[in-house]
Amino acid sequence: MASHAIEVKSLYKIFGPRGKEFVDQVKAGMGKGELNEKHGHVLGLQDINISMPAGGIMVVMGLSGSGKSTLIRHINRLIDPTSGEVLYDGVDVCKMNENDLREFRRHKTAMVFQKFALLPHRTVIENTIYGLEIQGVPDDESRKRAKGWIERVGLKGFENHYPNQLSGGMQQRVGLARALTNDADILLMDEAYSALDPLIRVDMQTVLLDLQKELKKTVVFITHDLDEALRLGDKIAILRDGKVIQQGTGQEIVLKPSDEYITAFVKEVNRGRVINVETIMKPLSGNPEGTPIVVGTVLESAARLMTVSNQTVAHVVDGNGRAIGSIDLATIIAAMVTPISHEKIPQAAE
Amino acid sequence: MASVCSFLPDLLCKFPAIDEATIRVVRKSVDEGFKGLVRAYTNAIDVLVQPLQVFLNFLESLFVNSPWIVIMALMVAIVYYGSRNMRITVGTALSMVAIGLVGLWNDTMITLAMVTVCTLIAILVGIPIGILMARSERAQSIINPVLDVMQTMPSFVYLIPVVMIFGIGKVPGLIAVVIYAVPPMIRLTNLGIRLVDKEVLEAADAFGSSQWQRLKNVQIPLALPTIMAGINQTIMMSLAMVVVASMVGVGGLGRNVLQAINNQFFTVGFLNGFALVAIAIIFDRTSQAYGRRLQKHSEVIHG
Repeated sequence: MASHAIEVKSLYKIFGPRGKEFVDQVKAGMGKGELNEKHGHVLGLQDINISMPAGGIMVVMGLSGSGKSTLIRHINRLIDPTSGEVLYDGVDVCKMNENDLREFRRHKTAMVFQKFALLPHRTVIENTIYGLEIQGVPDDESRKRAKGWIERVGLKGFENHYPNQLSGGMQQRVGLARALTNDADILLMDEAYSALDPLIRVDMQTVLLDLQKELKKTVVFITHDLDEALRLGDKIAILRDGKVIQQGTGQEIVLKPSDEYITAFVKEVNRGRVINVETIMKPLSGNPEGTPIVVGTVLESAARLMTVSNQTVAHVVDGNGRAIGSIDLATIIAAMVTPISHEKIPQAAE
Repeated sequence: MASVCSFLPDLLCKFPAIDEATIRVVRKSVDEGFKGLVRAYTNAIDVLVQPLQVFLNFLESLFVNSPWIVIMALMVAIVYYGSRNMRITVGTALSMVAIGLVGLWNDTMITLAMVTVCTLIAILVGIPIGILMARSERAQSIINPVLDVMQTMPSFVYLIPVVMIFGIGKVPGLIAVVIYAVPPMIRLTNLGIRLVDKEVLEAADAFGSSQWQRLKNVQIPLALPTIMAGINQTIMMSLAMVVVASMVGVGGLGRNVLQAINNQFFTVGFLNGFALVAIAIIFDRTSQAYGRRLQKHSEVIHG
């Protein structure tokens, strides 16, 4: 089952009874404040254009009120857009009739929620089979499939517990198992890990990355945490006041923040774990020297390799072992510390 | 006051009521019209009411004619199954024995049959209306004032049209009791469904639930504690109303109370009153314990 990309095209959402009437004015440049003051309508999203990679993790990042949860709800149309398109496999989700939409939700999407949203009167396994149950899959088959996923997320032995008897991290594992049991191409995760303790959060991120290696679903992950975004995202879009202010890979965002707002954000990031060696390597001059380092290695690991082997220079090799560039410890350290130019900017975030 | 009235025109001093003659005409024509309407549909009403009558008679004769030991065993079994609580079960057995000893067994059985039927009807009518109210703001805005009237109108007042339509007997009593007892059922069903966590509902939608699946899998189960409170209230109100309904011909403990009031039979009044209280407490404790048992899953074991 190949996953497809999700294309969001010029999506607008204006909350309020007469939202449609103001789309043109917003397109012509009316801002969020003006719309709210003059017409009492709230601008949720404006001109969103994102191409979410097939079989990859798309992270949408923003602080509260930036519209990120609104955006993810457009993909399975829990919220109707005011104008624009959400295309999946060539079909516009926004134009589906009620029946098609229900089928789309049943078979193509699965969602994980911030506050877990489990059914409190159902046991872990009964929660996990919920998606299959409403599709009409026979009970014994769905239980068999659900058992497998419960085991994968590490809840074996808890099948007959009620959600209230589990900790937050375990409850979210149930939420994840419930979504995975649906076997849908699209996995929507709405701040799925925001309510968890930091350690458990990292743990759950690892669970997701491990699963994604083999499942290759199209994952849309919402978060307000840049570290989480950088760790998970194949592609990241940053939202502010309902607008995308930058999108690209984690490295692109950290190395070339498009404005002060993002600069303030990335300042706190551990660059050594985001930037790869090939991004900062110099062209090979002469013979390759020192330790070979494979492309895709992050700076922190490269620095560790070089320190362990007690060398200050190294060369970068591609997947076939061919040397393609050189790198030295000074360059690595320079790239790992936050540039002075970023430090000068007053804190815009928070 | 007279001093103020001497300055004011008569119109502002004494309220200008519509004159008696006009009121009499209006009253008469409304009464006549209503009577005519009822007379015209007597047969239809009888047919409509027939199944209720049959069901009520069947249950009543079943309760009254069965050997007391069978009923007692059944009651104790139901109470134990519902509550899983020895204290409530023993309390039930003891109070039923006491009721039997003072010679009120048959009357209690009649009342029990009546309350059972009333509660069943109130649940059958109340839950769908409550669901309708929860789903539509317009339905809520129409039904709410009707419920307000049902709950505040003195029950003796609506006994009048009930008697005019259905005559004297058990069924009109039953209808009066249901009218009195159904509002909490409707209100609490509505409230329970409206209080269901929005995020859980969103999750149900996100997985592609149909309206019916949403209702069956999420809304009703999560509203159940509140709905159970509604059932409990309905039972209590039925028991209270059974006494008033005896005025239109319902038998049982209520009629004894009515006779005691009329004749100032202090002891008879209190004995029957206490029998009603005993039944009420049995119903209340059992249904509450059952409701709590249904909610076992909400006990937080892991903080």
